[in-house]
Amino acid sequence: MADAHTSAPGLLDPLRRFLDGDVWASFKRSPVTVGAAAVTLLYFLAAAFGPWVAPHDPFDLAKLDLLDSLIPPAWMADGDPRFLLGTDDQGRDMLSAIIYGSRVSLLIGFASVLLSMVLGIALGLLSGFVGGAVDAFIMRMAEIQLSFPAILVALLINGVVIGYFKTHPEWQVDQVTLAYVVLVLSIGLSNWVQYARTVRGSTLVERGKEYVQAAHVIGIHPAKIMLRHILPNVMGPVLVIATIQLALAVIAEATLSFLGVGVPPTEPSLGTLIRVGNDYLFSGEWWITIFPGAALAILVLAVNLLGDWLRDALNPKLR
Amino acid sequence: MVSYVIRRLLQAALVMLVVAFVSFSLFRFAGDPVNNMVGQEATQEDRRELRERLGLNDPFPVQFGRFVVDALQGEFGISYRLQRPVEDLIAERMPATLELVLVSAVLALITGIPLGVYCGIHRDSWVSRALLTVSLIGVSLPTFVIGILLIYLFSVQMLVLPSFGRGEVVQIGWWSTGFLTFSGWQALILPSITLSLFQLTLIMRLVRSEMLEVMRTDYIKFARARGLSNRAINFGHALKNTLVPVITIVGLNIGSLIAFSIITETVFNWPGMGLLFIKAVQFADVPIMAAYLTMVAFVFVSINLLVDLLYYAIDPRLKVDRGTAAGRLS
Repeated sequence: MADAHTSAPGLLDPLRRFLDGDVWASFKRSPVTVGAAAVTLLYFLAAAFGPWVAPHDPFDLAKLDLLDSLIPPAWMADGDPRFLLGTDDQGRDMLSAIIYGSRVSLLIGFASVLLSMVLGIALGLLSGFVGGAVDAFIMRMAEIQLSFPAILVALLINGVVIGYFKTHPEWQVDQVTLAYVVLVLSIGLSNWVQYARTVRGSTLVERGKEYVQAAHVIGIHPAKIMLRHILPNVMGPVLVIATIQLALAVIAEATLSFLGVGVPPTEPSLGTLIRVGNDYLFSGEWWITIFPGAALAILVLAVNLLGDWLRDALNPKLR
Repeated sequence: MVSYVIRRLLQAALVMLVVAFVSFSLFRFAGDPVNNMVGQEATQEDRRELRERLGLNDPFPVQFGRFVVDALQGEFGISYRLQRPVEDLIAERMPATLELVLVSAVLALITGIPLGVYCGIHRDSWVSRALLTVSLIGVSLPTFVIGILLIYLFSVQMLVLPSFGRGEVVQIGWWSTGFLTFSGWQALILPSITLSLFQLTLIMRLVRSEMLEVMRTDYIKFARARGLSNRAINFGHALKNTLVPVITIVGLNIGSLIAFSIITETVFNWPGMGLLFIKAVQFADVPIMAAYLTMVAFVFVSINLLVDLLYYAIDPRLKVDRGTAAGRLS
């Protein structure tokens, strides 16, 4: 009883095991994982400190010079050492645009993972803890949603939210904020099922354990038991799912932006950059679209590798 | 058997009803249809009259009932943006999408299965390691990036394949097909590769792991002991037993191919239903969204149902254990 009370074992367990050496050792043994972690960290740092590390400010119109437009990467014949990865049609430095774009992509990715995580955990806990009709209803919903690809659900929510704000002008949101809200809602709401199912499964296991029964017996409020006692114990697998979902969320954001229902070109994410650059592919300015595409692919690959490794290292049974 | 089929049919009908409800609610969320149909200068009186005529003042269940009846007859109203009946628009675009999906599915199968078998048999060779690594990279590359890369390579650099459209099509009744012209096939190559890559990696990995599983079983060992040729063992005995899950996955994925064709169609400007849908999302053109959703859901549910029933027919063990059969969908 006291044990369950004093610490949040589920949250700290991975960390403790990590420091114990087993996981850390497996991390060190796998050069691919170390590389993936380094790349991911690099992206996170670049995204967090974007304005300070980017060589140029791609959105400061005063600093843009049309004479600098469509310069190829620095190592090519017509390259300019000021612009390592070349420039786009408005003279924006591609490297800086990619850094700012990763910032937007990761921001939306994190926000939507957070949304689906909170929603999924809440519904999963409720489902597993309350059981009965609530459980049946939530799980039926999950099944129906799961039988459609997430991207389709996201597109649908996207269309609905766009339509809602169109007909409710009293909300007074500007284009960019609206796009962010729409994206986070549509990606977040389309990915809760995984969390809910996992949390429900572990909740069902935890519910039967002695510490929960003991808590019931001494008259602790069920809501408190759910949040304070069971929740910490079901968080382990959730973190693994969240890592893999981050990669999926970044892909989803890029896809939606590429399809033209995401971030507008005034403040581009990686997907928007690819979409805009796509128009220049035929006139030979390949770097405007290929570099953001590569940046996206590398980010997703790194996070995926990290997630795979985390899954095996933390919980081999999840496989 | 009969009770199982009836239960599955009822389940499918329930799912369709939920989807229909969601589609119907789209109309309520995404704006007032009257606003989308009349001009700025319409008077309040006009609007009220139109509302009455469209039955928008009826109670909710009546409206929903009407929506379901109309949907069953394939009627989804008039597109806000294109001002044409939605069912006509969808029927026009359907052949393009279905042909693309068909070719992609076939492509994924005829390359994915042999590669998977190879990786399963020679699990430690460098070729299969390389294939697995490449497939991981393939999963990490978003569909549209693959499409753009292919366009850059084959349309911009080598100038050998078209990058957009369907090429020349031949009309057979209401169906327009690109299968009968050379340019139609040419136009199909890049989009179908793009669409099939993800499924290909999926099938390859699935066949590989199933093969590894089967190769460990006693009857394979016994077949080897009997001195059967490798070829007979690998293809006659092992592969056959891996095909049931493969067929299931492929069947279930036909639906997601249709959904993912939205992306491929955007990249290649392929005039299919996906392109229609994405435009509808951009303009909040609810009738098209509702129709597309209902239609895709119908395809999903039918395939699900079909696969479940096929399973039942293929695997005699399920007939004994009815509980497992019903629980498979979950």
